[in-house]
This record gives sequence, C-alpha cells and structure tokens, in this order.
Amino acid sequence: METVWFIVVAVMLTAYVVLDGFDLGAGIIYPVAARSDGERRAILRAIGPVWDGNEVWLLAAGGTLYFAFPQLYASSFSGFYLPLMMVLWLLILRAIGIEFRLHIPNPVWKSFYDAIFFLASGLLAIFFGAALGNVIRGVPLAADGYFFEPLWTTWRVSDNPGILDWYTVLTGVVALVALTTHGALYVAVKTAGAVSQRARAVAVMLWPVLFFLTVSSLVATTFVRPAVLANYKAHPIGIVIPVVVFAALATMIWASPKGKEKLAFLASAVFIAGMLVGAAFALYPVVLPAREPAYSLTIYNTAAGHHGLVVGLAWWTLGAVLALGYFVLIYRMFGGKVNLDEVAPSTPAHAEGVRPTI
Amino acid sequence: MDSALLIHRLHFAFTVTFHYLFPQLTMGLALLIVVLKTIAVRRNDSRYHDASRFWARIFGINFVLGVVTGIPMEFQFGTNWSHFSRFAGGVIGQTLAMEGMFAFFLESTFLGLFLYGGKRLSQTMQWWAAVAVFLGAWLSGFFIIATDAWMQYPVGFTQGLDGSVQLASFWQLVLSPWAWWQYAHNMSGAVITGAFVMASIGAYYLLSRQNVEHARIFVRTGVIVGLIFAVLQLFPTGDRQGKMVAVHQPVTLAAMEALFESQPGAPLVLIGQPDVEKRRIDNPVVIPKMLSFLTYRRWNAEVPGLNSFPQELWPYNVPLLYYSYHIMVGLGTIFIAIMVIAGYMLWRGKLYDSRWMLWVLLLSLPFPYIANTAGWVTAELGRQPWLVYGLFRTADGYSRTVSAGNALFTLLGFMGMYMVLGILFLFLVRREIDRGPAAEPDEAH
Repeated sequence: METVWFIVVAVMLTAYVVLDGFDLGAGIIYPVAARSDGERRAILRAIGPVWDGNEVWLLAAGGTLYFAFPQLYASSFSGFYLPLMMVLWLLILRAIGIEFRLHIPNPVWKSFYDAIFFLASGLLAIFFGAALGNVIRGVPLAADGYFFEPLWTTWRVSDNPGILDWYTVLTGVVALVALTTHGALYVAVKTAGAVSQRARAVAVMLWPVLFFLTVSSLVATTFVRPAVLANYKAHPIGIVIPVVVFAALATMIWASPKGKEKLAFLASAVFIAGMLVGAAFALYPVVLPAREPAYSLTIYNTAAGHHGLVVGLAWWTLGAVLALGYFVLIYRMFGGKVNLDEVAPSTPAHAEGVRPTI
Repeated sequence: MDSALLIHRLHFAFTVTFHYLFPQLTMGLALLIVVLKTIAVRRNDSRYHDASRFWARIFGINFVLGVVTGIPMEFQFGTNWSHFSRFAGGVIGQTLAMEGMFAFFLESTFLGLFLYGGKRLSQTMQWWAAVAVFLGAWLSGFFIIATDAWMQYPVGFTQGLDGSVQLASFWQLVLSPWAWWQYAHNMSGAVITGAFVMASIGAYYLLSRQNVEHARIFVRTGVIVGLIFAVLQLFPTGDRQGKMVAVHQPVTLAAMEALFESQPGAPLVLIGQPDVEKRRIDNPVVIPKMLSFLTYRRWNAEVPGLNSFPQELWPYNVPLLYYSYHIMVGLGTIFIAIMVIAGYMLWRGKLYDSRWMLWVLLLSLPFPYIANTAGWVTAELGRQPWLVYGLFRTADGYSRTVSAGNALFTLLGFMGMYMVLGILFLFLVRREIDRGPAAEPDEAH
C-alpha cells in the first residue's frame, strides 16, 4: 500500500512539472519571444486558460503527500522552511503578475507585471530544480527525523549542506534550461508568426546546452550519491528509463528545427517525465535520504495508518477521474493556436489580455 | 511564553485572518451569483445578466486573492507546525488532500469559463459554470471546516504506539455533527458577508443616483438573502454550535462568557470588561439567568465557571476570547435588526427612496467581515491551550527546527507582501465599482 502511494505522489509531482513546466517556461521566454504588447498577450493567452489548473497539481500533490506520508511532509516542509516560503512568495507574485496585468490598460502597469511574471517564473524553475537536487543529495536528518537547512553554508556537498551547493545549483540550472525549452516548444505550438518562430529559435539554441547539462548532472549525481545506482544494479530493467530520456532528447533535437513543434513538445514532456521517474526509481523506497543513511526517511517509516491509506485510494481514484475529465474538457475547448487577430492592439481596453482562469 | 511558539502562532493567525477576508466573500457571492444567474436565465432579463456579470468581476478579483493567500495555508501545516502534522496527519491529511482533489481542480477549471466564457458558452452552459464554481467553493469550505471540526472535537481515530493518531472511521470524520453545524454556521456567515456587500454597493449606487436599475436588484437580492441568513446564523446554527461548545468544551464556554463562578441561574453578560487577575467582570450589564436558559433551556441550570477548572486548562487569552465572542454575537444581533427593518421597508416599497436606510446599508459593509473574523478568533482561541482538543497541546505542535528568527523573517515577509496585495485589491475593486454593472463585459476570447 505504501508503494502504491509512492507511485501516486510521484505521478502527481511529475504531472505538475510537465504541465506547469510549460507555463513557467513560457514566462521565462516571455521577454525574448514577445516584443510588442499584442505578442505578450498572445503568450499569456496561450497559457491563460490552463496555468491555474496546472498549478493545482502542485497543491493536490502536496495535500496527497500530507495525507499519505505525514511524517515526510512534516520533516521536509519544516526542513526546507526558507526556500519553501520563498516559493510561496514567488507563486503569489506570479499569479498576480498574470491575473492583474489585464485589469488596467496602462503601459507602466503592464510592464511592472511583465517583469514580475518573468522573474517569478525563472526563479521558480531554479527553486524546483534545486529542491529535487536536495532530495537526491540527501539532507542532514537527525535521529528524530527532523532537520533544518540554511540557504547556503560552504557551497560544498558536505554533511552540513545548505539548500544551495554546487550540486543543487547545477540541478537548478538544469531545471531552468529544461523548462525554458519546454515552454518555448509549447509557445511555438500554440502561437503563430513571429512569436512562434522566436520561441522555436530559443528551443533550437538551447538544446546543446540542455544535452550538456543533462549529461553532466547525471554524472555529478553518481558522484554526489553513489547509492542512486543501487536500484539500477538490482533491477537492470530500470535502464529503460535513461534510454527513454535520451531517446526523447534526441527526438526533440531532431524535430524542433524541422518545424515539427508538436512532436518536439511531446518529446520534451517525455524527457522531463523520464528524468523525474528516473529519480524516483533511484530513490525508492527512500523518500528523503539522510546524509547519515541510518536516519533516512522511507515510505515505511513515514506513511499514514493502513486503514487511512486504503480508504484514501477510493476517493483519490474518484477525484483523479474527475480531474482528468476537467483537463480533457478545458484543453479541448482551448485547443489550437491562439488567434492573434483577436488580440490586436485595437481591441477595447477591457476585452484585452489573457483570460484569467483563477 | 516561549517566543518561537508565539511567533509561529502569530504567523498562522496573521496569514489565515488575511486569507479569510477573501473566501468569505467568494463563498457568499457564489451562491448569490447562482441566484442572479438563475433569475436571468428564467426571465431572460438582461439586467440580471449584467448584475451577475458585474458580481462575477468582483468575485474574480477576490478569488485571485483567496487562492494566492490560501496556498501558504496548506504549506504552513508542514513548515511551521510540523510536530502537529506528524501527530495528526494520519487523520486530517484525508480532508486536506480531498480538498485538493475535489475542490481545487473543479474551481480552477470552471472559474475561467464562468468569468470569461461569455461568447463561447450558451446561457445554460454559463449557468452550469456558475453552479460548478459555487460547488467548488462550498466543497473547499467543507473540507477545511471538517479539518477544523476534528481539531475541536476529534472523532473516528485510533492512537498508535508512536503517539500519532490514525484514521479509524472515514464516515465519523466527514459526518461529524460538529463539522456539519460548524459548516452551516460558517457558510451562513459567508452568505451574510456576500449579501451585505451586495446591498451596500447597491445602496451606494442609489445614493449617488447611478446604475439605478441594477442597484435596485443588488439591494433587493442583498436584503432578502441577508435577512434569511442573518436569522439562520443565530438559529439554529449559532445556537447548536454554542450547545456543542457547552457540552464538549465547558471551560471554553465559561471563558467566552467570562463566567468565573460556577452558579445556578447564571447571568448573560452583555457588556463588561473581564479582569482575569481579580477573576471578576468590571462594569457589567447583564440579563439575569439568561446564560443558564440559553445553554440548557432551564432558568436555574448550573453553569460551570472558570474557577471550577484548573487554570492550565483555561484558554490562553480569556479577555480576547470574551471580546471576540461578544463582538460576533453583538454584530450578529445588529445584522438581524438591520435586515428586518430593510426587509420591511422593501416589502412596503419604501426602501429605495429611504436615504437614511440606504446609508445604514452602505456603512454596514465592513461589519460582516469583522463578525466573521471575530467568530473564527472565538473558535480558535477557545480551543486553546489545545491544538487537538484534549489530545494535543498547541505548545507541542510547532516546528522545533524552525527558529524564532527564521519564523519572524517570513512573518515580516508575509506582512509586507499582503499589505501590497491589500492595496492592489482595494484599487482594483474600486475601479470595478466605478465602471459599474453596465460596463462592457470582459471578452478575452
């Protein structure tokens, strides 16, 4: 039963990164890909109907983590106190950046929210990457199952690490580049004309960087925590995951310059999902490794009671079916490319901008 | 009091108090908008369509604020109250996770359709979108109330060897009588806020002689709905809530009433200042025997006072608890009076021309917010010194690894950020009120 919930939480977090990843990425390429107000609105409109629903995956995953592994939730959220609070502030800023921009047709007002949207999107990508890096590297858990990490200490991977050291900075940058590429491909798919071309150019320019960073982060991971290879050695079938990751990366590299944006975007989604699944596979059954291995948190010593987990499976399944239904509905309703004519600058003041979904 | 404990408590209190300024309006307005939209569709009346679109715009701004200030609440259980989460996660994780799965996905999908789906949706589809948003908001409210109700009155659990509680009965958790009465009382309070705000904006338009047709709809709807729910707030929901407190948290009841001496025929204190050091009420204005009657329906029933309980079981702050409770009840009584008079004048056809009554409605706007906030302060302070009543103390619940300094840093951060959000909110809402109900609808797609 613990394993089932490990998979559920991993799938929900993966869904979050793949889905919200593209609207974070759209925020990162926003100043590069869009030069005029109409073009900015086109990007905002491409993510407008869906970004909030995408973000709900994070909240729902957080709630499910609390429900299934309360002790993991308690330890990790208090241990990562400062970066989590900053993530909250960034989520607040980003949401009002998207939602309040449209209310007042004034260039100064809009520029302010444009800047907030871009900065918050980029910083969130780095924070999420660094968070994953912290989990893989391990944290200084004490015997009572708690820890506290300051933002940085010596920048070295040691037994007294900070949230940021060279390894987690590396994973943060990997996430930044991966989500930027992901978002660029999404914008290339959803828009037309100059915006789409610039977005595609960003994706084409970034792939060598992404390839290089992916390889170096994987190599670095095996040095930082050699134990990540144990599951792969014990179950060689796991080798499928890195194969899929590199196949997806190759597809992306092949497809994006040829104008096959949809294929490239799907490949990017598979690439990101593959990286996360690979990390989950390497960790299982540990959920938060300690620098002192005996204190590691596993699915067994953090899970809620058996009865609760069984009951939860019933309502979670119902909730997930409903959520998928809503997603199919909204993505079908707003399928296809954003129509730039609809957002021409001559549109009346209150009819402009993205349609907020919050 | 250990300063880390104090700062973690202030952290939660500040963020949740600010947060709840927005959902109380959106939950109330969600119902009112469904009412307006239903009338609009049935009569095919464009004024009601305009009215529901206007309130949807106000709703949208409030909803953004409610969402962004709500996310930190879910996180704070883990960040600031990790020992509590470890203790209680096996039970309240259920309701909090269900909120995400059932309410958030529903709301986030349909709100966009509801606010800006205009051209793409038929009238019937718009109505369904409004209903879906209403359901999402009210479901969200239920799961939060069920969580709080469990902390007030824990049921359906077993306690493991490590001390943590685990779910034993799902149905006892979600069908807890405390949860349903608290939910009814709370949602009725939210509708009161929505109704007063609607009537108040309508009164403002009538007094300033603009948007008269729409303003009459706002005043009429606000007064009728407000009258119904102001009465429901007192009886049966408030009455039943009070009885549950009397039975399950007698020391809390004594503190809310600042009743120090146990006595038969206990008086109801209307006004007065509790002096905890001397254990008495200064300057009391009382109704003799009323407290005994209200609590037990017998004039001479014995009501236990604070002196009958060891002081370590008293709520931390008896005067603040007493004041918040009295502010809530006092305002609730005034709301009934306002709405009865306004309802009578509406019935006699005099309300729209009565400037003094419109002024009363206009100026009443902030008070439902104060009453709802005071009600929550009563519930949460009344539960002290417990986080989970009788099981787990507040002093044991905060994150030991998060120092007072780190918690103060983020508390100040939230204060600064929420101040900015509050200013932006007032600015944007004022702008919508100036634009008025007849303005061009937002048609982004």
